[in-house]
Amino acid sequence: MNKDHQYIIPEAFSDEEKKIWSILEEIPDPEVPVLSIMDLGIVRNVILHQNTPPAGGDRGVEVVITPTYSGCPAMDVIAMNIRLALFENGFKKIKITTVLSPAWTTDWMSEEGKQKLKEYGIAPPNPRQQVCNNDLFAPHEAVQCPQCNSYHTHRVSEFGSTACKALYQCDDCKEPFDYFKCH
Amino acid sequence: MNKHLIDYTLHLADNALILGHRNSEWCGHGPVLEQDIAITNISLDLIGQARNFYQYAATLLNAQKVSPPAGGGDLEGAVTEDNLAYFRNSSEFKNILLTEQPKGDWAQTILRQFFFSACQIYLFDKLKESKDEQIAAIATKSLKEITYHLRWSSEWVIRLGDGTEESHDRMMKAIILLWNYTDEMFLPAEYELQMLNNSVGSDVTLLKESWMQKVKEVFSEAGLTIPLTSTMHTGGKEGKHSEHLEEILKELQSVARAYPTATW
Repeated sequence: MNKDHQYIIPEAFSDEEKKIWSILEEIPDPEVPVLSIMDLGIVRNVILHQNTPPAGGDRGVEVVITPTYSGCPAMDVIAMNIRLALFENGFKKIKITTVLSPAWTTDWMSEEGKQKLKEYGIAPPNPRQQVCNNDLFAPHEAVQCPQCNSYHTHRVSEFGSTACKALYQCDDCKEPFDYFKCH
Repeated sequence: MNKHLIDYTLHLADNALILGHRNSEWCGHGPVLEQDIAITNISLDLIGQARNFYQYAATLLNAQKVSPPAGGGDLEGAVTEDNLAYFRNSSEFKNILLTEQPKGDWAQTILRQFFFSACQIYLFDKLKESKDEQIAAIATKSLKEITYHLRWSSEWVIRLGDGTEESHDRMMKAIILLWNYTDEMFLPAEYELQMLNNSVGSDVTLLKESWMQKVKEVFSEAGLTIPLTSTMHTGGKEGKHSEHLEEILKELQSVARAYPTATW
C-alpha cells in the first residue's frame, strides 16, 4: 500500500475489519466524487459489536463519521451510501454515528486525496499553519493553479460552490478554479 | 437543571435557525453572484449549527420521555430535530429579536450578521470549555465557521461605511434600525443564569465589553458612529417576539404542518 496513505489498514485488524475499511475506501464523496470519504477524513472509527442485543447472532457494525462543515448537506447522503455499501456486502445490522469532536480539519485529508483533487482540477488545501489569517483584508493565500501550476492567482470569493471551497482565478492561464480551503 | 439545559440548547438553536432563514432569503437575489453565494453559504453554516443543537435538544427531551409537539414524532413516537424546528409556535422560540428582523437591504443584512457574529465568536469561545460535552463540541466545530462569518461581515461593514455617500448613508440607517436590538445579547434569561451556575453556559454580561471593542474598531475604520440611544428591545429569549417571527414561521413551517407525515 502507498506509504503516504494516512489510513493504512493495520495488520492487527481481523479480516472482517479489513473488509469493512476497504468497502469504506470505495465510497465517494457526493460533492467531490474524485475523493473517497476516507481520503477526506470523514470516517473516524469502525466498531464491530459482539452479538448486539436485542437480536443477537448477527454482529452489528458501527461506523463513526464527522461532518466537514456543520451544515454540509452531503452528510445524509454519505450515511446512506455507507449503509447501502455495507448492506450489499452482507452486513445487516449497521449503525452510523455522527461525532463533532474533535472538529474536522483539512489536515486530515490524505496526501493521495490532495493529489487526486489537483488532477481533478480543484486546488488542494494549503497546510493550515501557513494560512488561516483572520486579519481583515489580509493578503490572499498563494494558491497554485491546478491547470498550469502558476502561483500567480487571485481569490474571486472566499465562498464557493460548496461550503468547503473558495473561488480563485489564475492570472496566467486565466482559468477560474475551485480551491478546497484550509479549515 | 434539565429543563434549563433544554431551553438553553433551544435558544442557541433558534438563534442560528432564524438568522440562517433570514439570510437564505437572499438566495438568488444577492447584489452580485459571489456575494449571493457567500450569504447563502453562511445560511447553510447557521442552519447546520441549528441542526446540531436541535438534535441535542431532541436527545435530552427523549431521555425525559417528553411527548413530541402535536403532529410531530418519528415512527417510535420520539422527538426529532424536525419537530423542534417545524412544530413549535412563536412563543416557544427563544431566538433574540435581532435575528428575526427583516433582511432589509444589503447594509442591514451585513450589519446584523456582523453584530451577531461578533457576539457569537466570544460566546462560543467560552462555550468551548462548557462542562456539557455536546455543547462544547458544537461550539468548537462552529467557531471555525464563525471566524469566516465575522471576517466577511467586518470587511463589508468597512467597505460600505467607507464606500460611497449612498452606501455610507445606508449603513447609518441600518445602525439606527438595528442598534436597539443589540443589548438583548448581553441580558441573560433565566436559563442562561442557571446554565452559568452549572458551568454549562457563559456569563453573557461579560461578553459586552469585547463585543463593543470589536464594534468600535470596525466602525472607526468604516467611518461609522455608534448612536446615542437608551431604548433597547428585549423579550425574544423568553418567547416574546415581534410579528416578524410569525411571518417567518408561517413560511418555514408551512409544508411540514400541511403534510406532517410526509417523507423525502
